[in-house]
Amino acid sequence: MSDALVIANDLTKRFGDFTAVDAIDFEVKQGEAFGFLGPNGAGKSSTMRMIGSVSPITSGSLSVLGLNPATQGPQLRARLGVVPQEDSLDVELTVAENLMIYGRYFGLSRAVIRPRIEELLDFVQLNGKRDEKVDKLSGGMKRRLTIARSLINQPELLILDEPTTGLDPQARHVLWDRLYRLKQDGVTLIVTTHYMDEAEQLCDRLVVMDQARIVAEGTPSDLIVQHSTREVLEMRFPPGTQDENVAQLSGLAERIEILPDRVLLYTPNADATSSEAHARGIRPVAQVSRRSSLEDVFLKLTGRSLVE
Amino acid sequence: MNSTLRMYERSARVYRGVWRGSVFSSFVNPLLYLVAMGIFLGNLVDKQTGGIAGVSYLEFLAPGLLAATAMQAGAGDSSWPVLAGIKWQRYYLAALATPLSTRDLVMGHLAWVATRVALVSAIFVLVATALGAMTLTGGLLAIIPAVLTGLAFAGFVTWFAAKLEDGIGLTNLFRFGIMPLFLFSGTFFEISRLPDWMEPVAYLTPLWHGVELARSLALGVDPTFSRATHAGLLVAYIAVGTVLAVRQFEKRLVI
Repeated sequence: MSDALVIANDLTKRFGDFTAVDAIDFEVKQGEAFGFLGPNGAGKSSTMRMIGSVSPITSGSLSVLGLNPATQGPQLRARLGVVPQEDSLDVELTVAENLMIYGRYFGLSRAVIRPRIEELLDFVQLNGKRDEKVDKLSGGMKRRLTIARSLINQPELLILDEPTTGLDPQARHVLWDRLYRLKQDGVTLIVTTHYMDEAEQLCDRLVVMDQARIVAEGTPSDLIVQHSTREVLEMRFPPGTQDENVAQLSGLAERIEILPDRVLLYTPNADATSSEAHARGIRPVAQVSRRSSLEDVFLKLTGRSLVE
Repeated sequence: MNSTLRMYERSARVYRGVWRGSVFSSFVNPLLYLVAMGIFLGNLVDKQTGGIAGVSYLEFLAPGLLAATAMQAGAGDSSWPVLAGIKWQRYYLAALATPLSTRDLVMGHLAWVATRVALVSAIFVLVATALGAMTLTGGLLAIIPAVLTGLAFAGFVTWFAAKLEDGIGLTNLFRFGIMPLFLFSGTFFEISRLPDWMEPVAYLTPLWHGVELARSLALGVDPTFSRATHAGLLVAYIAVGTVLAVRQFEKRLVI
């Protein structure tokens, strides 16, 4: 008996001739924060919608909370929380009314919902906005309200599809903090993102998706160790001179990635590599040495950047 | 049943925020039409013809206008609000992440439309009674076909709106569909006045059956077909529209 909350085998989603999700396998365990990292169009949202049992699977198998989404959709959705990619709040209603109405969709009584509204508004720090129309909230507040809404039925599994896309850094940190607390309370999280820092911050384990397939799987640090070096040296050269400089770089690093605007040197020790380059007479206009990140993993695996 | 009421509850809550404006226009619209067309134009008609179908023009007009008003309310509430739920505000998508099904959404929506049409019709009857255009009993009876008419349009318009990507289709629906029906379905004059080839077209429209039934109940006269036939056809329109709407919701939203 597996303790996995979500088990997918050969999971496939096709829209006509287009394959959005191509025979992927994964398991999400009880209590973990599991991430789907990938660029737009990689198939993350389609996967989320299948897990959320709002989109039928084309082939393969999928079990969520031990239930079959195809035949037990309503029972399954009763135990899930969903934060969709695009806001779907009732803008004509107030903050508290949004929570009340959503709780009623789950068939909860008003007496049960009322105290939960106060708790959740506390939790997402929107108590001051209780009777405000949703129209008037900022983007960050709307996202927080959407998260509060997704928790009204006290879900065992929370699915967040790009929860912080479009938010400013401060609003993102507030959200991450709330999601952390949920995880500590034992809620299992599934998060999609195309921000590598978000994946590193939030996820215990993640899969990297590209073009409908899973291309790597592991903890953020495992993925970095497996697919990248410890450090990265980034160099920028004056416009038009990148090619001639790149020619002189060979042998300096384990791997060199050439991007349109800069060159990445993958090396165990960025400072040592920088000195060697300097000794060869290479003079970048700017350079940064940093730790490898999931962005580098993604670049290595797919040859492309996550965020274009 | 319980899950159907959830969407109904949402609509009722949204309506709580706008009911004043809505009720106000539900008073003003019939008042303007009944005074301008029923009384002033009606005087002219009555002087020339001595009334229409044995009653004054005002009495002839009121039940027809009631059914036409119900059509507009049913179609209006099922147009932009439905497309908003699918595309703009996405409240249907939010609801589908809960235990609710597309059938719950459509049934809850139509149940709410029935309430709205009943409310609009009741206000109409109050105004018409005050102007002497209807008897209270006749008017109250005529609310039943009015609600059926509103629902017959609500189902089809919900289906149509759920196929659209933007509001242009809806603007055209009202301009080229609802407006001509309003004018030519026996509301303002008997359809026997229409050119022969147009008469069967009127038979096909739900509004004409609603007008016939409302007029028959308000004035206590026999309709063109039997009351049961007109009512049965309206119910059939409602059933077909509802089935189409649920199927379209499923096709559009569960992908």
